[in-house]
Amino acid sequence: MKWIAAVALGALLVSLPSFAGDFYINLASQILIAAIFALSLNLLVGYGGMTSLGHASYLGVAAYLSALLTSRYGWGHGPAAMVSIAGTTAMAACFGIIALRATGLGFLMITLALSQVLWGLAYRMSDVTNGDNGIAGLTRPTPFGISLESAGAFYWFALIAAVLAFLMMTIFVSSAFGSSLKGVRDQPRRMAALGFNPWMIRWITFVYAGFWGGVSGLLYVYYNKYIHPTSLSTTSSAEALLGVIAGGSGTPGGPVVGAALVLLLKNYASAYVERWNMLLGLVFLFIVLVMPAGISPGLSKLTAALRGKSR
Amino acid sequence: MIVRTSVPALEVVDLTKAFGGLVVTQSISLAVRPGERRLIIGPNGAGKTTLFNQISGDMRPNSGQVKLFGTDVTQFAPCKRAHFGLSRTYQIITLFTGDTLEHNITLGLLGLLPSRWQMWRPLSHYGDLATEARRTLDAVGLLHLARHPVSDLAYGEKRRVELAMALAQKPRVLLLDEPLAGLSNTERSTVKSLIASIPRETTVIMIEHDMDTALDLAETVTLLNYGRVIVDGDREAVIADQRTREVYLGI
Repeated sequence: MKWIAAVALGALLVSLPSFAGDFYINLASQILIAAIFALSLNLLVGYGGMTSLGHASYLGVAAYLSALLTSRYGWGHGPAAMVSIAGTTAMAACFGIIALRATGLGFLMITLALSQVLWGLAYRMSDVTNGDNGIAGLTRPTPFGISLESAGAFYWFALIAAVLAFLMMTIFVSSAFGSSLKGVRDQPRRMAALGFNPWMIRWITFVYAGFWGGVSGLLYVYYNKYIHPTSLSTTSSAEALLGVIAGGSGTPGGPVVGAALVLLLKNYASAYVERWNMLLGLVFLFIVLVMPAGISPGLSKLTAALRGKSR
Repeated sequence: MIVRTSVPALEVVDLTKAFGGLVVTQSISLAVRPGERRLIIGPNGAGKTTLFNQISGDMRPNSGQVKLFGTDVTQFAPCKRAHFGLSRTYQIITLFTGDTLEHNITLGLLGLLPSRWQMWRPLSHYGDLATEARRTLDAVGLLHLARHPVSDLAYGEKRRVELAMALAQKPRVLLLDEPLAGLSNTERSTVKSLIASIPRETTVIMIEHDMDTALDLAETVTLLNYGRVIVDGDREAVIADQRTREVYLGI
């Protein structure tokens, strides 16, 4: 049953551009990008017990770096992408050293403060970032000479990246290191007594999450061909966090579901309901009340209960 | 007095720890021979667990030294001390409640292996670790529950998992913080024989209130009160000492 469902889902994802219109293909591309971002945040929040309210920093900085390097300095997309990711990961390494001096609420406040600094810079350093106007007129890369201008082509590009990201992060959490990460989340003191280095485990995870946040930022700027300081804002971080928690933090698929939900409400429902934020709030309230662990665990619990009854 | 035939497995020199004005351990000094069974007793608040926390590195002393096999480990983080052969259990059960017993013990084994940094291979592929974990569980009589989450277990069984996790690491020095606390009489004798069967390569230092059971396991006894060592020596000598009676037995 599980295999059939997985194959069907895979076939649906691959063949989507052949039957859906451009609006839906683009929506799907955005969901894939948001899913990579949410998955990387889930490494911190779900598996590491480190609730970050500044994860948009990595998305935003990678996007800005790529935009600046390609538009202002005329770099090619290949080297620009590599430098953007490397720069973002290095930034995560530095931010990790600062933020991991604290845990819990202190950690959350430091990540929030750091991301606010970056947001302020993007806004105020207008001679570099073009401030509130953002950087427009960007291009998409052409990997192996393939143009990504059409909605379908970009969708497949994003799908490959998302599948790779999902597999890499799922392997990461099920590895020996991933088990130590979950152990440090649950019993840091015991883990230290057993010979694990809790700080180092948290820091490596923080850097790895920053790396994937950067990857999602690259895709984000490729998709939009535009970058604005709002991508670095707290709202951007909070939306992703909401998605992770609503979908089910600490589960492999939950963040994908949550990211899709937030994006659908934002892009789709906003066409019909003016106050889509209120709708998002109501949906979130419903999830918290009915499925406190999130949609993904909530649904599997429900199906298990239904199966138990039918027997 | 203890005759020093070799370097002590554990040596504590002038260890002092104060929380504000409250001095919890006051220049505690003691030496434990390799393979020795040491019991640490004292009334509530005597500083026993605080002493353990300083030995394991959970707390830094204000002054003094902790030495393992002659090496000064006072500045070492807890994880580094574990790699030096130190292992401990907790007075308040500290287990990974959502995970299976097998996973709990596997984490104990993994803690000392370089493969704990492995990020590519799923932990479930480490068959040798699982086998070793099951062997340890068998030794404490919990093999039949290996696939159950810790949360399914009764209190007494959790105490045994706590012990098994430390034993799996084959420590050179083992700190047991009240391993018999809250157990029934039957469970007590089970755990007692488990502790008695720990190989002599492991030095055991135990905090315990249940004198009847614990004294049988000990060779030497240290009596603490108000953060100071009151009496220290062979079991019979400490029991017979007038100060022990005054402080602990209340006679």
